[in-house]
Amino acid sequence: MGPLIPQGIITGQWDFVIALLIGAAFGFILEASGFSSSRNIVGVFYGYNFVVLRVFFTAMIVAMVGLLFFSYFGWIDLNLVFVLPTYVNAMLLGGFIMGLGFVIGGFCPGTSYTAVAIGKIDGMVFTVGTFIGVLIFSEAFPLFENFYTANNLGGITIGEMFSVTNEVVAFIFVLMAIVAFYVTWLIEKKVRKNMTEYKFE
Amino acid sequence: MNANSNMKNQPKYINPYFGGILLGILLLATFYLAGRGLSATGAVKLSVVTIMDKIAPVHTENNTFYSRFIPEDGSSPMFNWLVFAAIGTLFGGMLSGAIFGRLKKLRIEHSPKISARTRLIAAGIGGILFGIGSQFGRGCSSGAALSGTASLSLGGLIVMALMFGIGYVFAYFFRKLWI
Repeated sequence: MGPLIPQGIITGQWDFVIALLIGAAFGFILEASGFSSSRNIVGVFYGYNFVVLRVFFTAMIVAMVGLLFFSYFGWIDLNLVFVLPTYVNAMLLGGFIMGLGFVIGGFCPGTSYTAVAIGKIDGMVFTVGTFIGVLIFSEAFPLFENFYTANNLGGITIGEMFSVTNEVVAFIFVLMAIVAFYVTWLIEKKVRKNMTEYKFE
Repeated sequence: MNANSNMKNQPKYINPYFGGILLGILLLATFYLAGRGLSATGAVKLSVVTIMDKIAPVHTENNTFYSRFIPEDGSSPMFNWLVFAAIGTLFGGMLSGAIFGRLKKLRIEHSPKISARTRLIAAGIGGILFGIGSQFGRGCSSGAALSGTASLSLGGLIVMALMFGIGYVFAYFFRKLWI
């Protein structure tokens, strides 16, 4: 029963081989989906290309529903799966800053690696920027150490927050995704009709 | 003629829903194998920690952020799952680019309405913001928004909602960069 590595079913050296392979598959899928182009990505904010929403939402509901089924079949122990802890204040600020970075920079870190991989200089500059950003954060850390850990809710799930089961949460996400897929398809058709500057690269 | 040239301009990208299913299965497999999801900025953080620890070890020891990522047994922070995964991401991207004919000479992609220089400045600022924001958010789009939300974490949902929401709020002000 999974997860395999935390339980020592797969051990030692294999860790890094698996990490390398998972990383490679990640990079391949991102690039093949068109995420090595910032102009494709940012289309989600201007309505001319919703590829980000399609890939992101599909992946999220596949993994979410998959996890629940794996647990239901007894293939994975969800208690051993890492639930990202919730630090409300810091995460609100972090999400805010990243949203700004997204619409200005046109990449997020994972997608910028794939842009680097195919020779995009803007991807390289973005990646260097993430290093500088982490450095700035780390150096200034003593100034906001308390804020960083304030309002810590621990590994709380969405279901626990709203007092519903995980299955209900997943069902709502799936419904939202289907509606979003349809609405954004309509928007995209309309916006593209009036667009001349943009073509896929 | 026109239709024909449009066909030529069609990109060789995979269907986004198919890409999403592949990414979802990969994420599920990662949870099954490693007990945690995908990450992109983790490797950047560990690299910064490693470099600073080489330059100024006393400084990093005294800084409560750096010091939490320096292994006590004296091994390198770079000997980590996240770093190997990031190296893999680079190779995977290159492989896809090579297969679909996008692996080409160095170039800058930008809207025809802005200069290459403007694009690079914006990319740099965006990267810096993502570097800072991902540390507050305990992960970026991969680690917090996608993997966090998929594993039903409330924090993942907060980061995802804010990241996209704020993108839309500020999209109007930065439209000249893109459209």
